[in-house]
Amino acid sequence: MATITMNNQQLEVTNEMTILEAAKAHNINIPTLCHYPDLAINSDCRICVVEIEGKRMLPTSCSTPVQDGMVIYTNSPRVLQARKTITELMLSSHDANCTACTRNMRCELQTLSKNLGIDINRFEPTYKDLPIDDNNPSLVRNMNRCIKCGRCVDVCKTVQGVHVLERMGRSNEMMIAPAFNQSLNNLICTYCGQCANVCPVGAIMEKDDTDLVWENLHNPKKRTLVQVAPAVRVAIGESFHSLDDTVPIGKLVSALKHLGFDEVYDTNFTADLTIMEEGNELIYRIQNDDVLPMMTSCCPGWINYVEQHHSDILKHISSCKSPQQMFGALAKNYYKEQENLNKEDIFVVSIMPCTAKKYEAKREEFTDQYDNPDVDVVLTTRELEKMFRQMGVDFDQLDNRDFDEPFGMTSGAAQLFGASGGVMEAALRTVTEVLSGKPLKSLDFSAVRGMDGIKEASFNLKGQEIKVAVSHSLSNAEQLIQGIKDGTSPYTFIEIMACPGGCIGGGGQPYGTDSASRLKRMETTYRVDLEKDIRKSHDNPAIKTLYDNYLQKPLSELSHHLLHTRYYPR
Amino acid sequence: MNLQKILEKHAFQKDHLIEILIDLQNEKTYKFVTEEEVSLIADALKVPVSHVCGVMSFYTLLSFDERGKYIIQVCKDVPCYLNDDFNVLTTIEKALDISCGDTSKDQFFTLEQTACLGCCDEAPAMRINNKVYTKLTKAKVLRILEEYKEGILC
Repeated sequence: MATITMNNQQLEVTNEMTILEAAKAHNINIPTLCHYPDLAINSDCRICVVEIEGKRMLPTSCSTPVQDGMVIYTNSPRVLQARKTITELMLSSHDANCTACTRNMRCELQTLSKNLGIDINRFEPTYKDLPIDDNNPSLVRNMNRCIKCGRCVDVCKTVQGVHVLERMGRSNEMMIAPAFNQSLNNLICTYCGQCANVCPVGAIMEKDDTDLVWENLHNPKKRTLVQVAPAVRVAIGESFHSLDDTVPIGKLVSALKHLGFDEVYDTNFTADLTIMEEGNELIYRIQNDDVLPMMTSCCPGWINYVEQHHSDILKHISSCKSPQQMFGALAKNYYKEQENLNKEDIFVVSIMPCTAKKYEAKREEFTDQYDNPDVDVVLTTRELEKMFRQMGVDFDQLDNRDFDEPFGMTSGAAQLFGASGGVMEAALRTVTEVLSGKPLKSLDFSAVRGMDGIKEASFNLKGQEIKVAVSHSLSNAEQLIQGIKDGTSPYTFIEIMACPGGCIGGGGQPYGTDSASRLKRMETTYRVDLEKDIRKSHDNPAIKTLYDNYLQKPLSELSHHLLHTRYYPR
Repeated sequence: MNLQKILEKHAFQKDHLIEILIDLQNEKTYKFVTEEEVSLIADALKVPVSHVCGVMSFYTLLSFDERGKYIIQVCKDVPCYLNDDFNVLTTIEKALDISCGDTSKDQFFTLEQTACLGCCDEAPAMRINNKVYTKLTKAKVLRILEEYKEGILC
């Protein structure tokens, strides 16, 4: 323990703490900007400087450890003046046209500037009119707004191990850019969008497709269908303070109806369908000595990564489409036939926690020969929030409504898809029951839950020991991939999600996603599952009906045609 | 020596990246590295291309652009600025009729600025290829340039 004096208060703190942590522990607020809870400490922005007695310079509190007897001032006139100057310098190189920016009122630089009471900027603007990189379906990079905090570099390099973004150049000419300053679409970017989620300003954002949705909602010729992913409902409440942390799913359905969607459907339905197909594919692979371990295919960030970096293991990837694309295929085929419509009369929107889903929907495999995509537009959780604000949706005034049929009845297992380990758990519930023919005693496979980077478990299936592994964030996936390449992988089934925590921590989720919010969303996910009457995908009667009336059985010819796909080296 | 040999000389070690880039650049008359070579080096060392680009962009001695036979680097740090009763950079710009960052038409000189050369006590200073010239005066700068042109200095 160390005793320090902070703003004339004596504080007992542990020796390992930084000044910033010590302050936080005692409710003393030191502003930060480049600092982010789960990322490395860079002390790039210098906003968190403090004054320490006996020290000539102002050190950054995020990177300076406490020392016994230290006398610290977090808000002396010298500190405040330094923070103001630093912020003014940042503003001078930043396109501060705040009212014309998506981050307006939710921008960390704007908040900082407000809190410091900046009234005038003594420095001339120096930002250049740099071109905007929007040549891909998922992400937009506007470097005129970049304040060079380095969070995006950190998350891309360390958390994801993809390392597309890097600091280029030095001093005031330093820019954050991909190699050769190329567009993201020419590079090995997986479009996971973690960079967009951690960006404190509006420099990296998802491509905004809300206008296209509004247009189609008001087009009388179009039947508009919307599907909502499991991870969206456990996070969107955070953006609207009128909602408590319980899942506002009934209100979410109501709100989507208010926006004008004709049918509000649940991606959880096709998550159940994914389990039927993927579970049976796994059983087929086990029983026919086919390629094992099988790896999940729901996550488009992961699919991009494996196609770009590890095309030699593509045969391990399940041929199942993701739940989003299964929904699209059903909408543009099954639903079309049932309703006697043409494909071009149906407009399918999905609400996803993910920016890579925007790219997935644009893939050639998911578009017919007349350029009609199965899923027309993908919106992130943040874009949906934007539409609700544009509409002025007041959640307190909304009633609870159920999803529409026939894609509205879902199991608890499907909700698990949102959290890392969820696809595995949902598949295990179905595969073990189908193979053993006996009902499971306990439905909770707790070994695959939680935030460990790699989770392992083993199960006895009809006398046969099968090992499974689950990983989330791409840097963790690398270890499991190497095992497969070396031939040492002991696993039968592997689930991989690109984002930390799985989809609940996706790149399209509300700003400020950190380990605390991921854990909270995870808890909500498991609570939703527990509260469901049906908790196994194969028990979902709507899924049974779909097979009876249309698809016949899992892995049938029609299933293969509609619900399975192929992957290509890139 | 081609790229492969340079990589072998450094045993494909990641932490020799800067040396590899310098060696490769010095192989060539016009002292530059191509984007293709950067990609090859990244693959060979098993590091991301963005990392090699980051290193390339950080050091003024490394360049993606073809440069002159002689690279003049004028120190831009404070003591060299405080010391000048004339301006080294504009003197050279005028004498060679090029701007900072440019290469002369005959590809003989390239004019650049650099961070501190470590000669603050003898400021102002500049470097031409590997040679450092200090205590510069206008006359001295012009004489040095002439002597390079005439082949007296090289």
